[in-house]
Amino acid sequence: MREMINMIVVLTVLTTFSGGLLAAVKSKTEVQIENQVLKFQKAPAIKGIFPETTNDPLAERFIVKGDNIELQVFPGRLSDGSKAVAFETKGSGFGGPVGLMVGIRLDTDSIVDVRVTTHSETPGIGSRAKENLSFVSQFSGKKLDTNFSVKADGGAIDAMSGATVTSKAVSLAATQAKEIYQKLKPEIVKQME
Amino acid sequence: MALSLTKEFTKGLWAEIPPFRLVLGLCPALAVTKSLENGIGMGIALTFVLVCSNLFISLLRNIIPSKVRIACFIVVVATFVTIVELLMQAYAYELFLTLGIFIPLIVVNCIPLGRAEAFAYKNGPLSSIADGLGLGIGYGFSLSALASIREILGNGTLTVWGGIPAFSMGPDFLPFKFLLTAPGAFVGLGLMLCLMNLIGKK
Repeated sequence: MREMINMIVVLTVLTTFSGGLLAAVKSKTEVQIENQVLKFQKAPAIKGIFPETTNDPLAERFIVKGDNIELQVFPGRLSDGSKAVAFETKGSGFGGPVGLMVGIRLDTDSIVDVRVTTHSETPGIGSRAKENLSFVSQFSGKKLDTNFSVKADGGAIDAMSGATVTSKAVSLAATQAKEIYQKLKPEIVKQME
Repeated sequence: MALSLTKEFTKGLWAEIPPFRLVLGLCPALAVTKSLENGIGMGIALTFVLVCSNLFISLLRNIIPSKVRIACFIVVVATFVTIVELLMQAYAYELFLTLGIFIPLIVVNCIPLGRAEAFAYKNGPLSSIADGLGLGIGYGFSLSALASIREILGNGTLTVWGGIPAFSMGPDFLPFKFLLTAPGAFVGLGLMLCLMNLIGKK
């Protein structure tokens, strides 16, 4: 009995201590990690979506608050003078969440382009969604009333062969982006003035 | 005392060098050694985990009941691995992108767990640190050596840090791409093992 209690106490104390330590490190590194993700994931994605802008989308980013969501929005002023926004949504893929940066033109409500950001898909299979632009380029120019599901689900997007789960994750993220945009558009337009 | 510490340290560099003598930790050794940069990064990460987990387990060795020792080892090792992962994300994000999944896999890698069971649980903190440091550095060296061979012959370059090649075989060199694939890693590792046994015999 004593031995039993001893084991339980040691394990409990050890795991509690470990949890506390991890929480401390996490909170210390959180801001820095966010900066790194911004620099190495979001910045290249935005550069890909808006190759030429007359402003700096990263520096002018702002937060839009809706019903229980907070959205980080990157505004882009395109070279033809029209306004667009980019923001990130997530769909669940094969190895965890797949982040998708979606750029939308405010005047035509159509997609400028999309790019995959953070993901943990299988290298060489699901990761093609990020490395090979032929899949994500299907979204560019599409109106927001398009069905962004893959063709097998009755939508307009050709899935990558061998990477159906990842393709569906990207489709889901795009659909979510559409819903969020439709809900928050008035607020976004107000903040872009 | 000092002599035995040196002995614990140096055994990891040759007599018990992890991938070749103990033949442990092969999964990351084969997977991440496509470039020298990755090899060094993995070596540093493992050294940190090994030193910290050895120190903690050695300090707690009289408190941890032997029936739950494996569970305790896993908790300690996993904690330090997660810390390494967070620190790497915060300060070396590019390295984190290439090492990716292999950092969390250090937890189930047999080196930290094996050293905890075979060494740190039975020895004092100082010699445990020396043991962890020696094995970690030995592992880092082995990975760097294997990675250098694979990168030079497979890609024709050698990148130490930051994506700029420090050494190049020149434009006329035809890269031996096979070495960059997983079977190429096995062949490279086998040849190095062979060489080590040949030298060890003399």
